[in-house]
Amino acid sequence: MSVLTTPRSAQTQPPSGRKGARTPGARENFSGWANRHRKWLFAAPAMIFVGVLIVFPLGWTLYLSLTDSQGSVRAASEFVGVQNYLTVLSDVERFWPAVGRTLSFTGVALVCEVVLGMCIALLLWRPFRGEKWVRVAILLPLVATPVAVGMMWRLIFDPNIGFVNQLLGMVGIPAQPWLSGQDTALGTTIFMDVWQWTPMVVLILLAGLTSLSEEPDEAARMDGANAFQRFFFITLPLMMPTVIVAILLRGIDALKTFDILYATKGKGGGSFHEVETLNVYAYGLSFDYNQYGLSSAVLILFFMIIIGSMWLLTMRKKAVSK
Amino acid sequence: MTVVSENTEPQTVAAVPAKIAPRPRKPLGSRAYKVFRVAALVAVVLFLIAPLFWMLLASLKTNVDIYDTGKSFLFTPTFENYANVLQRNNYFVFIFNSFWVAFVSTALSLVLGVPAAYAMSRFTMHRSALVVLMARVIPGVSLLVPWYYVFSNLKMVGGFEVLILSHMFVSLPLIVYIMMSYFDSLPLELEESAQVDGLTPIGAFRRITLPLSVAGMATAGILSFIFSWNNFMFALVLSGSKTKTLPVAIFDFVSYASIDWGGLMAAATVVTIPIMIIALFTQKYIVSGMTAGATKG
Repeated sequence: MSVLTTPRSAQTQPPSGRKGARTPGARENFSGWANRHRKWLFAAPAMIFVGVLIVFPLGWTLYLSLTDSQGSVRAASEFVGVQNYLTVLSDVERFWPAVGRTLSFTGVALVCEVVLGMCIALLLWRPFRGEKWVRVAILLPLVATPVAVGMMWRLIFDPNIGFVNQLLGMVGIPAQPWLSGQDTALGTTIFMDVWQWTPMVVLILLAGLTSLSEEPDEAARMDGANAFQRFFFITLPLMMPTVIVAILLRGIDALKTFDILYATKGKGGGSFHEVETLNVYAYGLSFDYNQYGLSSAVLILFFMIIIGSMWLLTMRKKAVSK
Repeated sequence: MTVVSENTEPQTVAAVPAKIAPRPRKPLGSRAYKVFRVAALVAVVLFLIAPLFWMLLASLKTNVDIYDTGKSFLFTPTFENYANVLQRNNYFVFIFNSFWVAFVSTALSLVLGVPAAYAMSRFTMHRSALVVLMARVIPGVSLLVPWYYVFSNLKMVGGFEVLILSHMFVSLPLIVYIMMSYFDSLPLELEESAQVDGLTPIGAFRRITLPLSVAGMATAGILSFIFSWNNFMFALVLSGSKTKTLPVAIFDFVSYASIDWGGLMAAATVVTIPIMIIALFTQKYIVSGMTAGATKG
């Protein structure tokens, strides 16, 4: 409210203010106006841009999800109410498995990334020689193009010529199918996600660790707590808000993972849909099969899952921060 | 024990110079821990670097050598794959496309995003910020169908404009997010004293705040460039044969060659090398961008 009253009070100011010295020309008037309304003048272009590009498409998706639109978005479509949602929600062959895969992909990847990320962050916490090089190594997977990363792992995990099977062969473990196996494909893509994104978790947690004050840790040390006790009873509780931020940022992206899945397994998440997550499923419905009505219903449900999980995490963060 | 007794009487110690009561520097654990730490760090670095190294090696091998497991590390390097990829498959065009789209979308997003982030930070417009940040959360596919429809009606699909617009949709929220936390950390006093000295609020923003925010803008700009360079899904749907970006070009590589591994790895290396070089030189900025806002309550 105080913000709203600012322009009004500025308007009622007599012109004998700072600008009174000069003749108030047209330019002066514009500049005065611009300064008074700078809040919205600055924010509006970006908000309009995002608004037009989100609100309209989102509304459209919502509308499409209630029609039987297919083939071409331009083709005539009929309003079918919640029919698409009923079809999708009763689809145990593609939709529910895709939900399961999305959640297990995200869940497993997040657990691995946070645990591994915390371990690496703790290793890097105190300064050491060669720190610079380790930091460079951490940065490289993070900035690598996901599609290229997918292709790279395709070669490394290739059942016949891949390096992983070569390594396994040396210690006498039989070759595994990895990406081409029906049961191993999802796990392998999770591994790829962990390789690429653990560094991001490390960076976030490391920023959190360096901003911690040393006193509690110091005090616990004085009281004779060992390293594990200090970590689980002092450092970890203090780090909880940062951990949740890391989970939140990573979780949003992990739920929406598309590039590496599409790059390694192609349309439909492979011939048995073994890595078909909700995002891949919705993309296929939209652009490989042109089932716009159905895909919109899937997307709306997907969106609700994302918002729901974010909301839960934000609540958790508030509880932890108190 | 002496340390403890000193700490229990901080008032009396306070007057004494710090030299007499030095802060106990942590003995970094035992020798065993040190050895463990070095080993663990080496393992981490290997885990992160080895796959990239393997990709680079494969890109320098002929396909015959790639299939020969005896020649994993010992082989005669060849640049043939790179020559193929760059010349025959027109990768210079794709490199230019990727660069142009990333550069323009980042520049435009900075122009729109920096003032917006400033207003949202200074006037604490949390709800407005939420609208912009929503863009980070929404699954891209749900926007692609309507975009594709509208832009194909406007005959824009396959042009640079639509690609740039779609990439801005990723860059803008990122830039707003990073710049908001940057402006939040910038003290208000400087602007206030500039206004006392006769600058208008917008003038103070332009002459005081903006020059002080160059580091923040560099952070936001570099990250936005990287994200745009790496973006795959939007370009997959919205780019045409003339505007194809590198990630889509690599993806297509698989569909028409019956996996020419050497060429594919050369192509993958061509995409990742420029971005990694940028990352090496701007490491500091990337780290501060990735962790922006992560440590505030």
